[in-house]
Amino acid sequence: MLGEGILKGLAETARNFFGSYFSAERLTTVEYPEQRIAPFEAARVFPFLVYDGTDWQAGLRCVSCQICEKECPPKCIYIEKSKDKKPDALGKPQFYPARFDIDISVCMSCQICVEVCPFEAIKMNTEFELSTNDRFGGLLLDREQLAKSNQYYHEIHATEAAEVDARLAAEKARVAAKATSIAAARAGEGA
Amino acid sequence: MKTIEEIKSTIEAALPDAALEIVPNPSPSGQHSLRIQPGQAVEVAKFLRDNVELKLDFLSNVTGVDWPDKEIAEKVKVTRQGIKTVDGVEQAVEETIEETRKRIEPGYLEAVYHLYSVEKKHGPVILRMRTVNRTDQVELPSLTPIWRSAEFQEREIFDLFGIVFTGHPDLRRLLMWDGFKDHPMRRDYVDPDDFEYEPTAHDDVLRRAQEHEAAATGQQPHQETGAGA
Amino acid sequence: MNPSQGDSSIIAQRPEGLPPRTPIEPQSEGELLEIAMGPHHPSTHGVFRMDVTLDGERVVRLKPVFGYLHRNHEKIAESVSYLASMPYTDRLDYLCPLTNNWAYALAVEKLIGQEVPERAEYLRVILGELTRFQNHASSIGFLIQEMGASGTPLMYAFRAREKILDLFEELTGARMMVNYMRFGGCRVDASSAWLDRTRKVVANLPMFVDEFERLLCSNEILMARTQGVGVLRPELAINAGVTGPMLRASGVNYDVRKVDGYGIYNRFNFRVPLGDHWDVYDRFMVRLLEMKESLKILEVALKEIPGGPVMDSKAKIRGLRPKPGEAYGRIESPKGELGFYLISDGGPNPYRYRVRPPSLINLTILEDMCLGHDVADVVLIFGSVDIILGEVDR
Repeated sequence: MLGEGILKGLAETARNFFGSYFSAERLTTVEYPEQRIAPFEAARVFPFLVYDGTDWQAGLRCVSCQICEKECPPKCIYIEKSKDKKPDALGKPQFYPARFDIDISVCMSCQICVEVCPFEAIKMNTEFELSTNDRFGGLLLDREQLAKSNQYYHEIHATEAAEVDARLAAEKARVAAKATSIAAARAGEGA
Repeated sequence: MKTIEEIKSTIEAALPDAALEIVPNPSPSGQHSLRIQPGQAVEVAKFLRDNVELKLDFLSNVTGVDWPDKEIAEKVKVTRQGIKTVDGVEQAVEETIEETRKRIEPGYLEAVYHLYSVEKKHGPVILRMRTVNRTDQVELPSLTPIWRSAEFQEREIFDLFGIVFTGHPDLRRLLMWDGFKDHPMRRDYVDPDDFEYEPTAHDDVLRRAQEHEAAATGQQPHQETGAGA
Repeated sequence: MNPSQGDSSIIAQRPEGLPPRTPIEPQSEGELLEIAMGPHHPSTHGVFRMDVTLDGERVVRLKPVFGYLHRNHEKIAESVSYLASMPYTDRLDYLCPLTNNWAYALAVEKLIGQEVPERAEYLRVILGELTRFQNHASSIGFLIQEMGASGTPLMYAFRAREKILDLFEELTGARMMVNYMRFGGCRVDASSAWLDRTRKVVANLPMFVDEFERLLCSNEILMARTQGVGVLRPELAINAGVTGPMLRASGVNYDVRKVDGYGIYNRFNFRVPLGDHWDVYDRFMVRLLEMKESLKILEVALKEIPGGPVMDSKAKIRGLRPKPGEAYGRIESPKGELGFYLISDGGPNPYRYRVRPPSLINLTILEDMCLGHDVADVVLIFGSVDIILGEVDR
């Protein structure tokens, strides 16, 4: 019969339409912004700087090595190194960034800066509702806007933050063990 | 599939006046190429396409490469007649000194063709053709009459590199608009000065931003947030 | 024309019983009409323009014009490192970022002679076939939409695509611009939870394909509009460098997965669908059948994936400086043969980086396919080529 194919297709559409009243599989619309889907843990939007503790300036992990600036594909990170040093989490005096700007209108969320950072200082945020009216400077995030605490990092990426903390603790333990063994050797020599 | 040496001897057996040269490829990929001269390119291409054993009927990729002029500084030992005073007496003496001679090795534009065979399912066979120089003698014969897939790709090379393919049915710009001058993919291409605001400018862009500032305002570049000098 | 069991190709079948198209007589005498279809056009898959010269309704000449999305990706790659080019490859064929990543990683691995661990190869196959599935579903959806179906099949395709994009987001962090493959493997490992979720999704996809088939394949409007339209002879297709489903719909059995056997594709038993009428309907059917074959590969790969690392321990990510040389690496992307040609001069950036775009080269014979057809058919023929402007223009 001519038209049979069209009727079969319409039957399919009807099955989907009436099925959407019964099965959640067939009703896939999420009415944003009243309803939101929970973001995945691995989701990445724009970078942020991690700081330990409560003071963002004292606890900032970044030592201004500028590796992320060099590796960033669209070159959206701009770092100015400080002239003095401050002690980092392991107690060693390190440089810190006097200026750390990311232009998020240029950033393409590729996450290469996170991958190459040797100090676990820059991680990916999941906040995407960042629109602003200021066309020129509004999407340029500076150091203070980028700095978020390690606790916030635990909230957004729980397993990843736990792994990072484990790695940093292991590093700290290794450095401490080395220091005590050197001190013991020196004490042994001195005695 | 035959090795590149065997292919070369097969072509030379059929077309004796084809001047071929193997260009070795030092990387682990082992994809060596065959350099052909523009004069016999069309015959070589037709032979490769129609030869029963090779049957390279599928032109996969046409690439343009720009090799700019190289300045080579060589140290050359030069023997010269000189006059030296020895013990108050002037004598003719031969002295050998080292001189640094600079010469310009002329650059060229190159077209690289990757050929495969759909019938025999082998490949790639890579052909290369070089122009005489980069300025005025930039013609190469077009292989579009042999393989139709070269049509758009040769147009793109004409657009972005400037190689003129003689015998191409419709040689005009492909990606840039028709009135565009210059060839963007060349190594010495200079972007037009249509600089836009970029807060995190680096290196070259930063320098041009500061020049642009100075030129536009006629004053010294001022400090901006994020694009500090 | 029945598929033989021992063969690795199958012929796309079509339902019978429709009268052949009546030929169109020339309608106007005298003037030809020149129109520009695009670049602002809902059916041109992006910013693409076709300068069509018409005699009444019939196409006399057709010149494609593009370059509206030209970002000179090849020149950007010359000024950034090899690693930094990887996120830019996502944006080439933006419906299939994982296959673009894979092609680039393959080319660099050929250039430096890098090995890839087995688990990474399996992950690449799984993600590549998921990408192929969602690309073909979207492509069929767009084709039917251009026929005037106002979005229903497209939304069905997107419903399946959303599930696949959720899997990508869970694994790589982003739905589309994934930046996942690296030279020597993959960036992060897939957890067993992710593999279980993928198995569940893949178990539901055959039902989706069957629904899609029931909705479309014997639809008389579809058959009347696509059968006999845009015929492409196999010799012309090979000579014009056409690859991918378009070449296979012209009856040529050439699939880079079978010919090159890159990765571990020679371990999988899948058939290559071919068409024997060489028209738009065959291209549509070939894509549908390829979706089914992708599901077969996915089931086997998800069952057999071994443990182990996903990144070669000796692989260098940052500061890669390949020795001077060149390499051409190609894969079968959903649109055709996607190849990357890299010339290295020993520095941190490539000396020459070239993308062989399947969409651009498939457009070479667009004019030949459209001559003599109506304007309405041009939209369908163009939709059956399945191009994506990010790749055409780079």
